Amino acid sequence: MPEAQAPEQEFAINEEAAVAPEREIAVSEGEPLVEVTDLTVTFGGLTALDHVSFDIRRGEILGLIGPNGAGKTTCFNAMTGVYRASSGDVRLEGQTLLGKKKHQITRAGLARTFQNIRLFGEMSALENVAVGLDARHRTGMIGAMLRLPRHYREEKQIIERGMELLDFVGIADRALHPARDLPYGYQRRLEIARALATDPKLLCLDEPAAGFNPAEKEELMALIRTVRDEGYTVLLIEHDMKLVMGVTDRIVVLEFGKKIADDVPSAIQQDPAVIAAYLGEEADDVDA
Amino acid sequence: MSNHSPLGSVGATQTAIGEELADVTKKHKRTAALRQWWNDRSRLQQWLMLLVVVALAYLLPVINPPLITTEPANDFAISCFNMALYALVALGLNVVVGQAGLLDLGYIGFFAVGAYVAALWTSSDSTFVHIPYLATLPLAMIVTVVFGIALGLPTLRLRGDYLAIVTLGFGEIIRLLATIIPGLKGNTGFQNLGRPPGTNADGEALFTASNGLPWYWLVVTIIIIVAVLLGNLERSRVGRAWIAIREDEDAAEIMGVPTFNFKLAAFGTGAAIGGLAGALMGGQVGFVNNQKFDVPTSILFLAAVVLGGRGNKVGVILGGAIVAYIPLRFTELAAYKYLIFGIVLVLLMIFRPQGLFPAKAHLLTYGSRIRRWVKKEQAPAQPEGGPPPGSAPPAPGGSTAQSTRRARKET
Ligand SMILES: Nc1ncnc2c1ncn2[C@@H]1O[C@H](COP(=O)(O)OP(=O)(O)O)[C@@H](O)[C@H]1O
Ligand SMILES: [Mg+2]
Repeated sequence: MPEAQAPEQEFAINEEAAVAPEREIAVSEGEPLVEVTDLTVTFGGLTALDHVSFDIRRGEILGLIGPNGAGKTTCFNAMTGVYRASSGDVRLEGQTLLGKKKHQITRAGLARTFQNIRLFGEMSALENVAVGLDARHRTGMIGAMLRLPRHYREEKQIIERGMELLDFVGIADRALHPARDLPYGYQRRLEIARALATDPKLLCLDEPAAGFNPAEKEELMALIRTVRDEGYTVLLIEHDMKLVMGVTDRIVVLEFGKKIADDVPSAIQQDPAVIAAYLGEEADDVDA
Repeated sequence: MSNHSPLGSVGATQTAIGEELADVTKKHKRTAALRQWWNDRSRLQQWLMLLVVVALAYLLPVINPPLITTEPANDFAISCFNMALYALVALGLNVVVGQAGLLDLGYIGFFAVGAYVAALWTSSDSTFVHIPYLATLPLAMIVTVVFGIALGLPTLRLRGDYLAIVTLGFGEIIRLLATIIPGLKGNTGFQNLGRPPGTNADGEALFTASNGLPWYWLVVTIIIIVAVLLGNLERSRVGRAWIAIREDEDAAEIMGVPTFNFKLAAFGTGAAIGGLAGALMGGQVGFVNNQKFDVPTSILFLAAVVLGGRGNKVGVILGGAIVAYIPLRFTELAAYKYLIFGIVLVLLMIFRPQGLFPAKAHLLTYGSRIRRWVKKEQAPAQPEGGPPPGSAPPAPGGSTAQSTRRARKET
């Protein structure tokens, strides 16, 4: 057993480092990290997003809420380069993101999860996270084929930080299971771990609690709060208004592609326009 | 803040769902058990067993086992060479189809380019400068990479079916060019290709068209080198990017994978190996013309990958060998080989879509260590006053690493 004695501390989870962001952010706490200005997205005749503007300040959890079809996911997609905005701008630390490729936007610091889970099914949980970590890695064909030192350094980081992240979201016990065999709740949390792995300046979560029961939702919201406490900035899409009230620092409300409110949760709760928008929604929920 | 994961009760329902899922995967239990057994061997044992397998592979044509042999119809050593050649081709195509998930129906085009490179630079019929045959192997790889990138640059933005059609066209274009361009001599072809140096004890050339043995050994050696290098790629950022692209290209791009570059890399890698195989074929046969590079052969290459289990190196090597072996062994069936492989593939798609030898790719360099580490983390939970072995299902949300971490923090 020649290799069994391999120093295992080498891969022990580093308890001190936790999962705090690893890179410098140009703006300071509380300053606008991302600025969305007059963002407009149209599909044929349909204006899914209509001159929407808001800021995301470093260190906060910003809720993006609105009834189904309000344009929340579209807003995410326009920010992360999936959809092309027909006008407006998205800036990260003052630099525009429009015109950049999707993978460049991710590496610039905008990571996201998907409303409908999109993991790499055949890959293990840890390997999924590794793909996220690879966003910040630079090993190419030659480096990998010849196993140059950087390759080893990056692989080692994957084991350490990858396990840390899985541990952080609470799914380390299934690190080696294929993502497609993971229980639903594990898959949702793996999406978050994979996005965190890219070391984002802004973490965008698209209805991360969809399909959860109320208790599970509460737990996920607590996790999101922990993510913020670690030093990340979070943009949280959720269509359940009650749920976001407790976690968010500020809330932007969309309806039919337009921003109808932008304020602290307590004020949003009183806002007549928001209440009106959600009245129809509540009726829908009862039907469903 | 010791409890990072405030997700207690989610785990409970999930354990149940997880067990249901385990049922679904029962089908793959047997291969899984074998794989588990293999993973449990120590690195030394694994290497020793591999060594035995490799030695047997080298000795196969010498042993010439009865029943398995392709004689008297076909010389067994030459048959072995052909099997090895198909295995090499399958290994290359597997990068494109199996790993990156790009359906390439024109892979034969790269094989052809490689063969023509060997012909043009070594054949007595060619007016080109002549170089030693062995030098044409890297040259063939370089030239085919250029072809691969030239084909990939405009086409790799296409998806699925479109890419398949375009690559199919590419294969045909190469074949037609070989017919049309006068310098490529169409059906007449090139004779007397060069071969590697070396003579027997009695002064005769070692590598000849009629002596398959040295050729076979050469290809097996090349397969080993290629497989090791591809294994290095697989367990790296590159391999992960390829599999991620295969699994969900859009999600990969959004997770920071420059998908276009990595698809091009897969195409180039596959092309290089295809070209290498083509040059080896040219050298062994000693003759290259436009007759061997048709679409059905290209489909046969694909069949080798699908048969073996796409994405799995060992599987596709066996797949390639089988596809070459069947018509050589059962010559009466050779005329029906496309029919037979067609039926086999259809049956396979119905009953075993993952191929004959499926295996989950390992994509981390330190994968085996982390497997061992996780196992160790999960094992010693009991002496610390945890539940007795095998009693209850894992505690709700109880991630092992997490609980040990908590424990460590408290001490
Ligand atoms: N790719 C698309 N093509 C056409 N219409 C779309 C597309 N994506 C979203 N939409 C439309 O844009 C509107 C907003 O959708 P979406 O952003 O998904 O809403 P939300 O996430 O707030 O529920 C909807 O009317 C939806 O039908
Ligand atoms: Mg949505």
